[in-house]
Amino acid sequence: MTIPADGSPAEYAYMDGNALAGPLSEVFAVDVTTATSRCAHCGRTEPVAALRVYAHAPGLVARCEGCDEVVLRMVRGTQTLWLDLRGAVALAFPMDGA
Amino acid sequence: MPIVSRGFHGRRPTDDRKLPPGQFETFDFPVLSAGPTPRVAQEDWELDVTTEDGARHSWDWAAFTALPMETPTVDLHCVTRWSKFGTEWQGVSLDVLLGDVETAAEFALVHAYGGYTTNLPLEDLLDGQAWIVHRYDGEDLAPEHGGPARLLVPHLYLWKSAKWVRRIELRLDDEPGFWESAGYHDYGDPWREQRYQGD
Ligand SMILES: [Zn+2]
Repeated sequence: MTIPADGSPAEYAYMDGNALAGPLSEVFAVDVTTATSRCAHCGRTEPVAALRVYAHAPGLVARCEGCDEVVLRMVRGTQTLWLDLRGAVALAFPMDGA
Repeated sequence: MPIVSRGFHGRRPTDDRKLPPGQFETFDFPVLSAGPTPRVAQEDWELDVTTEDGARHSWDWAAFTALPMETPTVDLHCVTRWSKFGTEWQGVSLDVLLGDVETAAEFALVHAYGGYTTNLPLEDLLDGQAWIVHRYDGEDLAPEHGGPARLLVPHLYLWKSAKWVRRIELRLDDEPGFWESAGYHDYGDPWREQRYQGD
């Protein structure tokens, strides 16, 4: 998909964080989109599924809904997958309590 | 997909000699973007070159557009595998912009409005290999393609040609940029298919 030349409405430019579920399931046993992330830039806490994912790029770039800074980036090479999480203070995963 | 005669739109057939390994030719101009498109007015735009000892050289829009212009026609190679032949640009050679800059730097880290960065050896910006361009195909460069002005380094993969260029930081050491720190190749030569780290 290309962005229309007469402007780039936000809805064409990114998807929500659920778009990360498939690609990240290659490396994580849990569904990362169920986690809560804390933005390293502005401190906003939000579900990974609420991040703004820009996929029309050499990799996946997930940005904070609050400040637009990069929280997560993922690059899928031929034999390696890179996951850059420096924009996240932490990811919190819901687990079954014991 | 219907087969269209190659001459139908007046387009020349793919010239395999111009196509790096793993690439295909495209006739449109795909828009790739790792974030929201920055909207910078020409009157607010500024370009800086900074050196390793803190010196800063700046051009506003009037100063930039008063510099001697070139009109390079170049082929583009995007790491997402499309190539586009014969694109026509207008802009200022980096040889002009860096001509009066005293530096011992060997590397450049290019910063863009919106926070994007990319790194390359300084020598790849010189000797007629790179431009800051502000016009494409006879028109002002659209924001989606990097306007008001972008870097153009056509001999490397297109992610090195930073859109919305803001500052060229000349450095003694090599600092990986936005994609280079997340798996992409430090240099990115399409003819050697340097897509990812380790290629
Ligand atoms: Zn944030």
